[in-house]
Amino acid sequence: MAMSRDEIFQQVQEVLIDALGVDDDEVTAEATLMGDLGAESIDFLDIVFRLEKAFAIKIPREELFPAENLMSNPDYVKDGKLTETALTELKEKMPHTNFSTFENDPDINKLGDLFTVDAIVNYVDGKLNAA
Amino acid sequence: MISVFEILAAGLLEVNLPLTLIYGQKMRWIWIDKFVEFQSGESAVAVKNVTLAEEHLHDHFPGFPVMPESLCIEAMAQTAGILVGEAKKFQEKVILAKIKKAVFFRYVKPGDTIKLHAKIESIAPEAASTSGRITCADKLIAEIDLMFSHIDRNLAGKEFPEENFVFTDTFKSLLQGMALRGDSSAEPESERD
Repeated sequence: MAMSRDEIFQQVQEVLIDALGVDDDEVTAEATLMGDLGAESIDFLDIVFRLEKAFAIKIPREELFPAENLMSNPDYVKDGKLTETALTELKEKMPHTNFSTFENDPDINKLGDLFTVDAIVNYVDGKLNAA
Repeated sequence: MISVFEILAAGLLEVNLPLTLIYGQKMRWIWIDKFVEFQSGESAVAVKNVTLAEEHLHDHFPGFPVMPESLCIEAMAQTAGILVGEAKKFQEKVILAKIKKAVFFRYVKPGDTIKLHAKIESIAPEAASTSGRITCADKLIAEIDLMFSHIDRNLAGKEFPEENFVFTDTFKSLLQGMALRGDSSAEPESERD
């Protein structure tokens, strides 16, 4: 099923409006899920479940939001920042994510900023249109 | 006046013990009476008879007794929570994590028998989402969609007591008499909706 980026964005937008109780004008491509849209940990699972239904895809939890597990590994965090190893691994695991700002200052407190609306659209786009 | 028990409970609360551990089997917080349908891993229907013997109804509200909507949500959380728990053979600690939707259309009054219909929409190792309806004599009372967390698999490795404090014997007794064969409803119901 081929879908255009716009169509995917619209569906993702609807999912986030329902899951997070936000308005459509808040769900811009650059909006961060936690900072801008107020998502909490259980919301990420809610979003995953809703995306699976909306697009009829299967989303292994490690794929879309893998950072959580990474942070519990002591080798990956040093002085409150992600180590080079961790960053490389994260990039590999999250090809749908834009790292350009985060790379300059990989503060773990800013990790949440990696989860943007755009990253979800990229991920779904990859799932639907890659094959 | 504060009772000795309350002081004891307050002291225990400071160390963050789950309430059910403190009160043990004394904690009686059950807002459904029995299951009438149970399809393992899929759906369940529970009933609750609402009666003026429930003291809070006299305060909610004086002269106009209606079941608090918060308790309707709790009743749905227990129906759906047991459904989710049973799906993993009660090995997980299933905690209500999010009320995705709760819309109410009618009041629930003393004398009403309400039916709580719960359905598993998605279930994963860490969590589950359910949809639900409350009906009374075929009329829609509420639509309540919930999310549950399997807490041992979340919250970044935080440790919880070994014992499954969610599914105590009191809860499990609700399922007694229900044949959990997956394909059956235990008792034929005269009216279904």
